[in-house]
Amino acid sequence: MKRHLVSAADLSRDDAVLILDTAEELARLADRPVKKLPTLRGRTVVNLFFEDSTRTRISFEAAAKRLSADVINFSAKGSSVSKGESLKDTALTLQAMGADAVVIRHHASGAPHRLARSEWLSGSVVNAGDGTHEHPTQALLDAFTLRRRLVGTGLRGAGADLAGRRVTVVGDILHSRVARSGVRLLHTLGAEVTLVAPPTLIPVGVGSWPCAVSYDLDAVLPKSDAVMMLRVQRERMNAAFFPTEREYSRRYGLNGDRMARMPEHAVVMHPGPMNRGMEITAEVADSPRCTAVEQVTNGVSIRMAVLYLLLGGASPDSASTVPAATTAPALPEENQ
Amino acid sequence: MTTGKTLIRGARPLGADPVDVLLADGRIAAVGTDPTGPDASGAEIVEANGAVLLPGLVDLHTHLREPGREDSETVLTGTRAAARGGFTAVHAMANTFPVADTAGVVEQVWRLGRSSGYCDVQPVGAVTVGLEGKQLAELGAMHESAAGVRVFSDDGKCVDDAVIMRRALEYVKAFDGVIAQHAQEPRLTEGAQMNEGTVSAELGLGGWPAVAEESIIARDVLLAAHVDSRVHICHLSTAGSVEIVRWAKSKGWRVTAEVTPHHLLFTDELVRSYDPVYKVNPPLRTERDVRALREALADGTIDCVATDHAPHPHEDKDCEWPAAAMGMVGLETALSVVQHTMVDTGLLDWAGVAERMSHRPAEIGRLTGHGRPVAPGEPANLVLFDPDHRAVVDPASFASRSRNTPYREMELPGRVRYTFLRGRATVVEGEPA
Repeated sequence: MKRHLVSAADLSRDDAVLILDTAEELARLADRPVKKLPTLRGRTVVNLFFEDSTRTRISFEAAAKRLSADVINFSAKGSSVSKGESLKDTALTLQAMGADAVVIRHHASGAPHRLARSEWLSGSVVNAGDGTHEHPTQALLDAFTLRRRLVGTGLRGAGADLAGRRVTVVGDILHSRVARSGVRLLHTLGAEVTLVAPPTLIPVGVGSWPCAVSYDLDAVLPKSDAVMMLRVQRERMNAAFFPTEREYSRRYGLNGDRMARMPEHAVVMHPGPMNRGMEITAEVADSPRCTAVEQVTNGVSIRMAVLYLLLGGASPDSASTVPAATTAPALPEENQ
Repeated sequence: MTTGKTLIRGARPLGADPVDVLLADGRIAAVGTDPTGPDASGAEIVEANGAVLLPGLVDLHTHLREPGREDSETVLTGTRAAARGGFTAVHAMANTFPVADTAGVVEQVWRLGRSSGYCDVQPVGAVTVGLEGKQLAELGAMHESAAGVRVFSDDGKCVDDAVIMRRALEYVKAFDGVIAQHAQEPRLTEGAQMNEGTVSAELGLGGWPAVAEESIIARDVLLAAHVDSRVHICHLSTAGSVEIVRWAKSKGWRVTAEVTPHHLLFTDELVRSYDPVYKVNPPLRTERDVRALREALADGTIDCVATDHAPHPHEDKDCEWPAAAMGMVGLETALSVVQHTMVDTGLLDWAGVAERMSHRPAEIGRLTGHGRPVAPGEPANLVLFDPDHRAVVDPASFASRSRNTPYREMELPGRVRYTFLRGRATVVEGEPA
């Protein structure tokens, strides 16, 4: 593992499998009455959110707290950032306060990359979503969910990747950081990814991505082990990406009829928040094949695993060294 | 230079065999192999040691930032940087604060240039009031002012309204003006951050498609042909644009074009670093575009090199990519980059460099005292350049007030040893004098 998690491209297959295995181990904690480990006691994790995202922030917050880290939530709104403070000065401030890890959500693509490669911070940087670039922990939790559903949980899934699984990602690929991280990570794990969207929502230059592209959802559904529906913002139609919500949902939305064309074992995923009636109907969203809620639970386990692996191996005074963790943690038998 | 005379010994004019060149009274007094004679007595001696002697370089595209952004550059610091880069004349772009859209502002910039003494400053006038693209600025008043403006540009913004562009092209015919177009279709580049292609798709940065440049150039060469006027294309950056300009020239239309040094060298692969020092408008393109631009500069489809020297304070680049300002400084590295990309590759000889960096830009800007041959009787606007020198670019050594150079820590060939403006050395052994 590298010191930072900025892009899904930072992860080798073995890194990714280690994170999934670690998350599987840590997930067992959720079944215990006291959901807490002492691993990161005395370490400080800052959630630096330049963009509103309650879901992602509380997921990281829960993950850090279950590992006993001290958590500081820094929201750009109402802070010095809204008064014009630069990313650099914000980072220097956090550094001066002794942040061991900075979890950053930023509206600018590449902001976490800049933080990680600057001299501004010595701690680990975790990308919690940057612009239309990447959202690597979302890709990891999606991979985790897929492995549980398609390969098996616990020991059955441990050590496995997603070789040969066919994953279809549907929606606003152009503006989606979930798609960019997802394609990279799923490919690393051996899955075959197909992107489906109207051509306006596929980026120019997609040809170099390790995946297939289709404009025809109905043709791809029967050959999918999982269908991941992305949120499509209604405002996109104002920029002529598609004519109307109705037309979008007719051509690219997932409804009961379409779901019936998927193989029986296939699952429906959604990173949330869902636009019911737009990219997904209530019938599909509420069906047992839809993993949306499960993904939220898995998100906490994955983010625990990432923080554990990035921070767990190093002592507080040498946070800049690369953690030596190469194996999944064994949970202590007694709760703390 | 008390005598006002300088004898340059053993210089190679345009790369030809070494000769001695005597400068006196602001002009080239003699060029020959025999330096002796009463005329040379008392002259300062400059030993060229075989360095190349070129006519002083002329930049059609410089941002001097004054008035308004003196924190990034002033006319004085910018012209010192220009001299250090071998330039004896620069065209100062109009996007200052206030905008150079009146006779008053262009005269102010012109006077600041005169008092700096390092380099002639030829102000460019805005095409439209406030660069807003809606109402023609007083082009005639700017032309008639002391600044004698002939080049007009809304650079930084495209004159995207076809009617305004047509009228501007027609109007400046009355005084042999030229409209220098920043070709960027605004709707196609909303939120644009970098070249649209495989790299932008991966990085999730808003795409600036080649077609946004090419569609405007196509329209404007047709408009220029229709009204028989002169259009100049600023910082042409794509292979497609080259094709359109080549076609327009084949028709005999009065179209000229410039390319920047950075577009001759860099590609959008550098954006993977998310380092805003590579953020520029138009954006860095692809390998294929770089090749096409070099070939077009070599065959004359692209008339000249222009720096688009765009100084920015450190804080405007020391941030996340989308928040950063666009542009890079270029005056002090231009000739070295041209040597590296065009001369050392065999695409241009030194006569070709003189053509692309001095004669043609002076001709396009109608500057009579610049871009002249290295010959007796001509104004002594010259640069003595040592192409055998190699050095790592050190921004701290720049005369420019800004340091936003993409060449930082790169080794580049060549060094400007002396620059002469009407016989006076503005640069001595690489440093402004």
